[in-house]
Amino acid sequence: MSAIDIDRAWDLHPQVSVRPEPFGALLYHFGTRKLSFLKDRRLLAVVQSLKDAPTARAACTAAGVPAPDLARYGAALTALARSSMVVERTP
Amino acid sequence: MTITTPRGSNPASGPRLVDLFEHGLDAPICLTWELTYACNLACAHCLSSSGRRDPRELSTEEAKAVIDELEAMQVFYVNIGGGEPTVRSDFWEILDYATAHHVGVKFSTNGVRITPEVARRLAANDYVDVQISLDGATAEVNDALRGPGSYDTAVRAMRNLADAGMKNFKLSVVCTRHNIPQMDAFKALADAYGAQLRLTRLRPSGRGADVWDDLHPTREQQRELYDWLVAHGETVLTGDSFFHLSAYGEALPGLNLCGAGRVVCLIDPVGDVYACPFAIHDEFLAGNVRRPGGFAGVWRESELFRRLRQPQNGGACSACAFYDTCKGGCMAAKFFTGLPLDGPDPECVQGYGEDLLAKRPQNRTGLPRPSADHSRRTSPTRTGPVPLTLTRRPNPDRPPVSDCAEDPLAGLRVT
Repeated sequence: MSAIDIDRAWDLHPQVSVRPEPFGALLYHFGTRKLSFLKDRRLLAVVQSLKDAPTARAACTAAGVPAPDLARYGAALTALARSSMVVERTP
Repeated sequence: MTITTPRGSNPASGPRLVDLFEHGLDAPICLTWELTYACNLACAHCLSSSGRRDPRELSTEEAKAVIDELEAMQVFYVNIGGGEPTVRSDFWEILDYATAHHVGVKFSTNGVRITPEVARRLAANDYVDVQISLDGATAEVNDALRGPGSYDTAVRAMRNLADAGMKNFKLSVVCTRHNIPQMDAFKALADAYGAQLRLTRLRPSGRGADVWDDLHPTREQQRELYDWLVAHGETVLTGDSFFHLSAYGEALPGLNLCGAGRVVCLIDPVGDVYACPFAIHDEFLAGNVRRPGGFAGVWRESELFRRLRQPQNGGACSACAFYDTCKGGCMAAKFFTGLPLDGPDPECVQGYGEDLLAKRPQNRTGLPRPSADHSRRTSPTRTGPVPLTLTRRPNPDRPPVSDCAEDPLAGLRVT
């Protein structure tokens, strides 16, 4: 899978549960039974803002991601999309 | 459990996941819950020395209260085991209660209750996963360890699950000296039923302590197993149980960390909470869910868990070049084989464990025993003749007195 388009709308998969932890968060997908870790709190904020943001880029901005770091957060979202933790939101 | 970490989510200078986990989590990731000590089998290597039900086992209501706590703590799923959990008459009620409260259930069974009807019910619930235990890819190897007929029972259960459309359930194998040559056969068996193979380590816990010396893989077999695991990567699950083998080179998929009290723990049938499923011993007892504070109180406040979450020093292993990959191996394996906890694993791939094992007393004196033994006692434990010495009664004047002699003064001698 190539990098996701951060100018589209994304969301957590409905079967994914998020548990915040001091270091970031744990994500568990009840459908694939896969566990994933977010190693930083800001990425957690990004993931949590996806639902209400028009695009992933907007979610990053809302979570306070500085512009130079956008590519890195985009890569993290791509990894989450690859394991179906994050899916494209269809209107 | 499959673990993925989004690449790019941490700056290169950030801490490794395993270093974060060393300090413990707000709630366990992976919680094992043995629901009962009752079991229809009597496997020679049973981790929990199961057989007979314990009269103090948690009631249905108490079990539901534990699930309420797990839901509040956001424990994603529990691994339910035993004993044989499905012999509890309220097993299906507890399972439905957990999944209705967002606590997924993966349960281990020998398959005895997995009828076609039960299989259909399980296949219909997304929040349930089943793990069928089988320790030989042939009846001969399996039944020698797990008892006559247990191979057929497990295979019938797998067929029922496959027929019901259950995908990716687990075929769970404890690796022993006798089944290491069968790894490809296990994989083929799992594939035939649409199951995923899960391999775990033989631990010297419970009754396993009595058979470990004879059953644990030889040094050559450990290498063979490691190579097999590396070749099969993430298609085979290991429950992170072979991290001590990572010292051969490439790390195996998983956390590669002893999770005891940090990310895992065990709730036993009577509600006792232990640091890990392989350490049912007072030394690793953190508390009980029945006490005020419940399970969350034990997880967060236990003195033992607090200690386990301190950075561990490698002790005798700290000078070893491989300490960073194997972290000294499995705490329970060391404990029950009588090795120091801050030294090498008994199966240390560098051979340091073997040297220590060889120095133990031959008669096993001083080795810790599990705190609870629920093995069945239906057969006499003594198999040889009973040694007796025939002698004469010292006082022939005094006649034998039976308990039902009518005279209340029978046998009374006034001097």
